[in-house]
Amino acid sequence: MTTIHDEVTEVSLKELEGLVSERAIKGETMLLNMGPQHPSTHGVLRLLLELDGERIVTCRPDIGYLHTGIEKSMEGKSYQKVEVMVDRIDYLNNMGNCLAYCLAVEKLVDLDVPPRAQAIRVILCELQRIASHLIWLATQALDLAAQSVFLYCFREREYILDIFEMVGGHRMMATYIRPGGLWRDVPVEFEEAVRDFVDHFPARIQQYENLLTENPLFIDRTKGIAVISGEDAISWGMTGPSLRGSDVNWDIRKVRPYSGYEQYDFEVPVGKNGDVYDRYIIRIQEMRESLKIIKQALDKLPYGPVRSNNRKFVPPPRSELGVSMEAVIHHFKLWTEGFQAPEGAVYVPVSSPRGELGVFLESDGSAKPYRVHWRVPSFANLQAIQVLAKGHLIADLVAIIGSIDIVLGDVDR
Amino acid sequence: MKEKLNKAVETIKEKFGAEEHVFRGHVTLILNREDIVPVCRMLRDEFDFQKLTDETAVDYYQRKTPRFHVVYQLHSIEEDLRLWLRAPVPEEDPFIDSIVDVYPNANWYEREIWDLFGVRFKGHPNLKRIMLAEEWEGHPLRKDIPVKVEETRFSFNWEEIDLGKKYVKREQDLPPGEEKEDI
Repeated sequence: MTTIHDEVTEVSLKELEGLVSERAIKGETMLLNMGPQHPSTHGVLRLLLELDGERIVTCRPDIGYLHTGIEKSMEGKSYQKVEVMVDRIDYLNNMGNCLAYCLAVEKLVDLDVPPRAQAIRVILCELQRIASHLIWLATQALDLAAQSVFLYCFREREYILDIFEMVGGHRMMATYIRPGGLWRDVPVEFEEAVRDFVDHFPARIQQYENLLTENPLFIDRTKGIAVISGEDAISWGMTGPSLRGSDVNWDIRKVRPYSGYEQYDFEVPVGKNGDVYDRYIIRIQEMRESLKIIKQALDKLPYGPVRSNNRKFVPPPRSELGVSMEAVIHHFKLWTEGFQAPEGAVYVPVSSPRGELGVFLESDGSAKPYRVHWRVPSFANLQAIQVLAKGHLIADLVAIIGSIDIVLGDVDR
Repeated sequence: MKEKLNKAVETIKEKFGAEEHVFRGHVTLILNREDIVPVCRMLRDEFDFQKLTDETAVDYYQRKTPRFHVVYQLHSIEEDLRLWLRAPVPEEDPFIDSIVDVYPNANWYEREIWDLFGVRFKGHPNLKRIMLAEEWEGHPLRKDIPVKVEETRFSFNWEEIDLGKKYVKREQDLPPGEEKEDI
């Protein structure tokens, strides 16, 4: 029996070479597995930690537990049918995923989107950003033992999910944004519901801030933790609030506006120190900025169609099917074989709550995408945790994981 | 804004003999795979492309030779300039130099490409599978592996589909005397 045991240890030590320091191989430092089943890893993430006492010497993330092969599955479906899977990649940013995918398809086939659809897209994506930040705030606070914030955040998120249910029929996986516009126009109650939320939410943000921002326990756990400089953050490919925390003013909504973001007046909050606390402040500020955008978009919301009139790519409305033979033909063609996209590759980045979410879409001229690649923000941000966690106490690691706001469905795809 | 990008493109074309393609405003340079590290280093140091935003691969099985394209997306933050580089990699010896020394975040992207496409990266510090299990065979995003769909089970083909699964006990596996129950 001993020989088998020896063999096993030998193999596992060899696997560790290059991952952890020499001292761990000799047995001077301790190796500890955190996850994949751990309440504060925000999903199924495994971290291999090398500890010197309570200090983290190296932190190696091990991902892939949620890999679903979604990019491969997308290659086997037509452009419209792919979209159902798109919601499920980053399950806290469903509308944003749909928007990224639809913008990529629209760019590939050169499709126009009516202004009303664009404005509604912006409203929904900003609501989604707030919902995602609420989940982040809830879990981050819970990790740092502030339990009531968790309950308050989930209470407010319900309002947003109710709005999504109202417009799309589903709380999370609505697939409401479609290539060329939206599935249908928003119901009449939509505007009132959103306005109600916009009016009431600032007081709620203040409530969270009262609980956390000047809370000495929270500050102790977050200030000066996981500091990263702007240059390092850029070279590690970090984006979103994790990058802006390090005093880099860069947001795709500003530098490369899409879906009419250039019409709205909003600020991009930027931090100074690049620590966990700054990332917290930025996300709180971003919720306020999102409210500003939603309010402006609602005030300016134009009337008109919500779907492109280009029948080669967008199916005709139901009412036309009874009276127009051409509409029947288009309907039949689009729902059986789909539409053909020209040969070429496009990449469209959008600003997800976590950072730059990009869709790389390559077409070979057929009705199915030849290759879909998702440039996901969580994957890039999680990679940097190897730098962020170095030298910190193991108790701070949960704050660090929380602060880069990963969604494991997004990381593994 | 475009001038800086044009300058970079012209220099790379002149020095490394790259081929330029433009589609919907995306500038793509097709390079020899030997040149990828010097090109990335030059773009980072001389033309301010500080960030590798994305790295992926495309498999042109039976469509193009060389079979694989490794696609890099370099990004210059100040003016939001994006430049795509493509390095064709042949099927027979699928390897390319790793750019981890130039952009540290290429590490995981290259592991992912190795895992899902089977393109090796020379000089990569830890080229292991990242998404799939270590003992997985094959590289699933290659086009010669079909997108598998489980056939719908009806009463006439139920058993046939069921027996095709690895975990189902076949009749010959059962001990003598024991008969398979009807489902």
